[in-house]
Formats: sequence, C-alpha cells, structure tokens
Amino acid sequence: MLKTANDYETERSEMGSTGYITQTTERVPIAAKRERSIGASRSLIVGTPLLLAWYLLYRELAPLAAWVTHGLLSLNPGHLARSVEFFVFETPKVLLLLTLVVFGVGVIRSFFTPERTRQILAGKRESVGNVMAAGLGVVTPFCSCSAVPLFLGFVTSGVPLGVTFSFLISAPMVNEVALVLLFGLFGWKVAALYAGTGLMIAIVAGWTIGRLHMEGHVEGWVYSGFVANQAQSDPHIEWVERLRYGRDAVREIVGKVWPYVLVGIAVGAGIHGYVPEGFMASIMGKGAWWSVPLAVLIGIPMYSNAAGIIPVVQALLGKGAALGTVLAFMMSVIGLSLPETIILRKVLKPALIATFVGVVGFGILIVGYLFNLLL
Amino acid sequence: MMKIKVYGPGCARCKQTEEVVRRALAETGVQAEVEKVSDIQALAAAGILMTPAVAVNEVIKVAGRIPKLDEVRAWVSAR
Repeated sequence: MLKTANDYETERSEMGSTGYITQTTERVPIAAKRERSIGASRSLIVGTPLLLAWYLLYRELAPLAAWVTHGLLSLNPGHLARSVEFFVFETPKVLLLLTLVVFGVGVIRSFFTPERTRQILAGKRESVGNVMAAGLGVVTPFCSCSAVPLFLGFVTSGVPLGVTFSFLISAPMVNEVALVLLFGLFGWKVAALYAGTGLMIAIVAGWTIGRLHMEGHVEGWVYSGFVANQAQSDPHIEWVERLRYGRDAVREIVGKVWPYVLVGIAVGAGIHGYVPEGFMASIMGKGAWWSVPLAVLIGIPMYSNAAGIIPVVQALLGKGAALGTVLAFMMSVIGLSLPETIILRKVLKPALIATFVGVVGFGILIVGYLFNLLL
Repeated sequence: MMKIKVYGPGCARCKQTEEVVRRALAETGVQAEVEKVSDIQALAAAGILMTPAVAVNEVIKVAGRIPKLDEVRAWVSAR
C-alpha cells in the first residue's frame, strides 16, 4: 500500500467520519526545530523590506513610465509614444501584481492539496457538491496536464461525475493569473464579474452534466478494475514551509508566464497606439449580435494562458469592442481548449466530451450576451 | 535494491523529474532501479492526483512538482 511521507517522520491516524481531520504525532529532531524557528525570523526580516519596496515601486510606476517615454527616450507625443508609455507602465505593473498574488495564492494552496479537496468532495450531494467543487477549483493547485489523473482520482473515490466537472471547469478558468491581470488592467469590477460568472458557469454546467447521467460515457475501465487508493493524507506543514511554497509558486508560475505577459502587453501596446478609436466597434461591438458566438467559436480551439490573452483583450476593449464579447472570448480561450479535450479523451467517450464543451460553451455564450445587454 | 518510480504521462516536467532523479543517483552513487510510469491506469491505481510524482520503494515522496536535487539526494541516501 502506498503512503505519502514527508521529510519528517510523521505518524497519523484518521479521526471521525469526515476523514480530513487528522491527529498528528510528530517526532522532530531538536536541531530541525531550531532551524525552523531561524527560518521563520529570517523570512520576516527579508519579507518586510521586500513588501515595502514592492509598495513604493508600485506607487511610482506611472510617473516613471512618463519619464522614460518623454524624458529618457524624448519621444514626441504620437503613436509611438502612446505605445511605448503603455508598455513601460503596464509591464512592471502586471509583473509586480502577479508576483505578490501568486505568492499569496501559493501560501493558500499549501492548505488545499488535491487529496484534501477530494476528501472534502467525496460523497457530497450534487447541488452542494457543485458549489463547493467550483470554489475549491480556485484554491486547489491544478495544471491541465494533471486533468486525467485528477479526474480518475475524484470519480473513483466517490465524487459524483457532475461535481468533478464543476471542479475541472473552474480550476483552469478562474485562476489567480487571470484575476490579477483583470484587476490590474480593468479594475476590480471586471475582475469580480469574471470570477462570479466563471464560478456560476462551473456550478451550473457541472450540475447539468450530473443531471444528464452520463456515467455510461466514461471509458469502461474507469469504474471497473480498481478502487483508488485513499491512504494519502496531508503532511503537517509548518508556516515557514508554506512561505517557501509561495516562493516556489512565484518562481515557477511567474518564471513561466512572464514571456507571455511581455508579448501580450507588446501586442496590446501596438493596438493601443496605432489602431484608431472605435475600430473594433463594428466588428466586436454591441451592435453585432453574431460577435459573441463567433468569439466563442474562435476561442474554444485556441489555447493560451490568461497571461498571454488578457493584455490583447484589454487593447481590443479600449478600441470599442463590447465587454461581454471580449469576456466570452477570454473565457473560451482559457476555459476550453483543444489540448485539454484531447487529454480527456483518454477517460471520456466522445459524447461526454461533446456535452462538456457544449454545455460550457453555451454558458459562456449566455454570459457574453448578458454583459453586452447589461453594460 | 531500491526501486524508484517516476510517474507522469510524458510531459516536459516529467522528463525533468526523471533527470533530477538520475542525477541524484549518479552524484550519491546509490544503486537503484528507476522506472518511468506513464500509463494512466497505473497512475490512478497508485493514488496519484498530480503529476509529476516520485515514489521511492512504493512510498510517494512528491506529487505535483519537480523535486529539487537536494531532496532526491536525501531520499536515496536516507537508508
């Protein structure tokens, strides 16, 4: 039988029927304990000035960008100056925000391992389960490359199919990178709208898939054969360890997405400076009813992470594209993608994949029209 | 003999994980059998939810990230 072991000798016994309350008896060498308390004070000493520097830098970004554009590069006001100022201002702003939030989310995620999320969701009733799954999808670490093992682990340990889908929909769509970029470039209202409607789609689409009773369209071997191993439990983690988790998340996520952010903002800067105001109004504006379904259809097969697509989206919005259309485009690019459906084909039969894409796509469509109508 | 299993469906991060494991073995001089498990059924049966994952003698040591060289060194030289 497999067991998860952390670096320290840990023994645990499970208590109660809820399963995830665990009692820990730890044997930790004294030296390791001392090392940890040194680690704690050191992270405080390093962390405080870093946070202060972050704040001061963030506050001075706008004058700095103006100075670089008009002073240092002495550009005359015009297309090029507008593009350059946009780029010089947005790039450090987005990267600063990204670093801080990814760190915070990394620390939060150390509390929600996929094993724990699975334990929470196992045996939950559909409606409540859908809501919880969508919420947990935001805080549980997820990467689309693990979608299949995660799906198997959930379904075989008694998480209902529809609830599993709620998780699989919200996890990639409502993520910290998307929210930071939306907040940074559009303000908190748009970020909140996106988070709210994204969660709504995950809940309703997952619930719908559950109602359709499509368990028969999961590949046969999934339910037969084996029962997933449930012996894993969370290792007890110290706060220093959690902070390290946050730091590692920054290194990994920011280290991976910064080129996309750069390219995305560069494209955005180009559109910002050179494409005339209102250019997009005729193509992606409110008046064009067909723009929302078209945006979704184009967006579904496309695959990009939030970091690459949002700066482009911002520039489109600035030139007269309607918010609903743009949001629909973004959601379908991030939430549904060709690579993910190909991976999921290993465990799902085509009918279920088609239903999944159809239901989620339909939800995105409604959100798009709703925003165009309301705003 | 120590048995190390590297779980992963074959993504870039899984290959990096295998490299880290092999490097740690080479540096410590520990003899071990390294097996790459990419079959999804086997992955699920082992209870792995996040890839890449590494198990040493059937005990899962890490899941969902690439382990650091120092960590792997500690696992293989612990016994």
